[in-house]
Amino acid sequence: MPATTSLAEASRRPDKAEWDGPKRPYDLVKEFVIALVVVALLAAILAAVLSSPDVHPVTVEEWANNTTSAYGNFAGQDFVATAMTELDGTSPTATYGPPYQSGPSSQHVFFLNPEQWLGQHIPVDPANDFVLAPLRLQAQHDPALAAALAQWDAASANQQSTWMTNYEKALAKATSVQNGHVVLEPGDYGPLPVMMDSLLAMAQSGALDNALLASKRFYGTDYTKPLLFIADGAYLSDKATAQHLAGSQWGMMNETGNYPGQAWLWLYTMWYQVWPFTHTGNADALIWSLMMILTLLLLFLPLIPGLRSIPRWIPLYKAIWRDHYRALDEELAAGDGGGRARDAP
Amino acid sequence: MSADATGGTAASASTTAYTPEDARPLAGDERMWTARLRGWAIRAFPPGKLLPDRQPSYVASWVYVFGVLTLAAFVVILVSGGVLVWRGPSWWHLSKVGLFFNSIHLWSVELFFFFMVLHLWGKFFMAAWRGNRTLTWMTGVVSFLASIATAFTGYLSQQNFDSQWISTQAKDGLNSVGVGAFFNVMNFGQMLLWHVLLLPVAVAVLVVLHLLLVRHRGVVRPMARQGDPKDSAEEAPGTSGARR
Amino acid sequence: MMSSLIDLNTTGHYLHWGFIQISVANLVVILLMVVVFVLAIVIPFHAGRRER
Repeated sequence: MPATTSLAEASRRPDKAEWDGPKRPYDLVKEFVIALVVVALLAAILAAVLSSPDVHPVTVEEWANNTTSAYGNFAGQDFVATAMTELDGTSPTATYGPPYQSGPSSQHVFFLNPEQWLGQHIPVDPANDFVLAPLRLQAQHDPALAAALAQWDAASANQQSTWMTNYEKALAKATSVQNGHVVLEPGDYGPLPVMMDSLLAMAQSGALDNALLASKRFYGTDYTKPLLFIADGAYLSDKATAQHLAGSQWGMMNETGNYPGQAWLWLYTMWYQVWPFTHTGNADALIWSLMMILTLLLLFLPLIPGLRSIPRWIPLYKAIWRDHYRALDEELAAGDGGGRARDAP
Repeated sequence: MSADATGGTAASASTTAYTPEDARPLAGDERMWTARLRGWAIRAFPPGKLLPDRQPSYVASWVYVFGVLTLAAFVVILVSGGVLVWRGPSWWHLSKVGLFFNSIHLWSVELFFFFMVLHLWGKFFMAAWRGNRTLTWMTGVVSFLASIATAFTGYLSQQNFDSQWISTQAKDGLNSVGVGAFFNVMNFGQMLLWHVLLLPVAVAVLVVLHLLLVRHRGVVRPMARQGDPKDSAEEAPGTSGARR
Repeated sequence: MMSSLIDLNTTGHYLHWGFIQISVANLVVILLMVVVFVLAIVIPFHAGRRER
């Protein structure tokens, strides 16, 4: 057996020195195997008893067949209103900027503007992608719709703008749909009633879900367009708010139902609840930057004076290593043990 | 092989037993990259250090088990994730067995973060970065961050209401710093592939580095209390072993 | 496989305190973490047999 120095002797050495003091047998492999069995059993028991959440996804079809907090007059009113904002370019997606459109970005941090520097990488043209292109598909089998689209295409931008403004005002006051037509007070809406009634019908039947996805390919795994469209409406956020998942509800930490969520995101989501981040449109960029800085502080903690001394000021270490300190004190009290090997306490 | 004066592999040519001398390169081969890598690996991690059966006497607290529990949870995550890969991403929505394995995957992730954070708290209050162990601390922190990213892409890969909400919300934060331009959280295919390949590999590499560093440096010794005798080359706790 | 014994898919319970809002589930997890951490420090670790 290799001779070891005494506890007191070994404890004098600097932190980086290899430990030459008393040791004891410690079966690492056995410890790992036991840990593996314990964790596997725990996970299996939790899985059997508590299962996992699986709330079904929202489709355009579901959205178009329901009312929302923003538009509660008739099923699909929120859908049509959102579709109008996509067409007139005022929706959150249409006014986003990079990466979906080129132009000025939505957020920046002081002079840093990475969103803008990177530019448009994921082209999305809401008026065309969400409204006009699906309608053109449908128009192949619908002469009335084809005529309406022809009228739309032929009109000037000013004319289109007038129709859209009128239609949106009337839509907000509309209270019912009859025979597939949104009932509007008389007014100058051009081809929009035909177009929007058709779009609503497509949406309510599920045809729009497919039109948004399929584009010109058969296979796809990219849901950017339907997701952006759905998220522009109030239906998705209504459901999220009901489940405490909204940003202002510490939503980032939460999970649907009574499941635990992501408690480790508490600090990230906390900033969204406090001033000044509650009062700025740049909250995302500012909070990301703040979290970057805090993360760097955690990463470089050993090199940061003050922070790295906290373990000394909050001396939990005295409790953790109490057996060691007791043995050390005994040895020191008995007079220095010199270089004699000692059994581990 | 011919015998040579540097004590090369002549002995091993005639026996089947491995001796440490076998690791030494023949004369003239010392500059081979293979030989140098082998030499470095053996010096840094002799077998007795890589898999020791003894630990210093101060390694005697339940706080020390959180690291291995985190590692065990990681293995359960990988295995349960592997089962989900085996049957594809739609399986758990359609099958009760699939749902069960998805649940194991979810709860092992909760346990993983549970034990990882306790491990972090423990190592923090033990100031475990002392004695040239800054890199050990740092690989741990980066593993934590990579794990969060992996969990994030996992939530995005669920193909249910959760992933719809998380993706449409998270896109704003990522876009604001330019990351969204090439990392599209609404692109299920991309997120699933990052979740199943790129990020787990990153976490695994970091964990291996972290473990090798722990074995290489050994478990950090207890902090010296005020009044404890210490050699003159003592460093204050919290430094990384700079010589005075 | 049977469905879960405890159904957590019901309406979530949340606690409010000033600007803090936390789910009961997350609070339970966090409290458990603190309890386990304290126990790990406090419970004696019976060391292996003495060095031979």
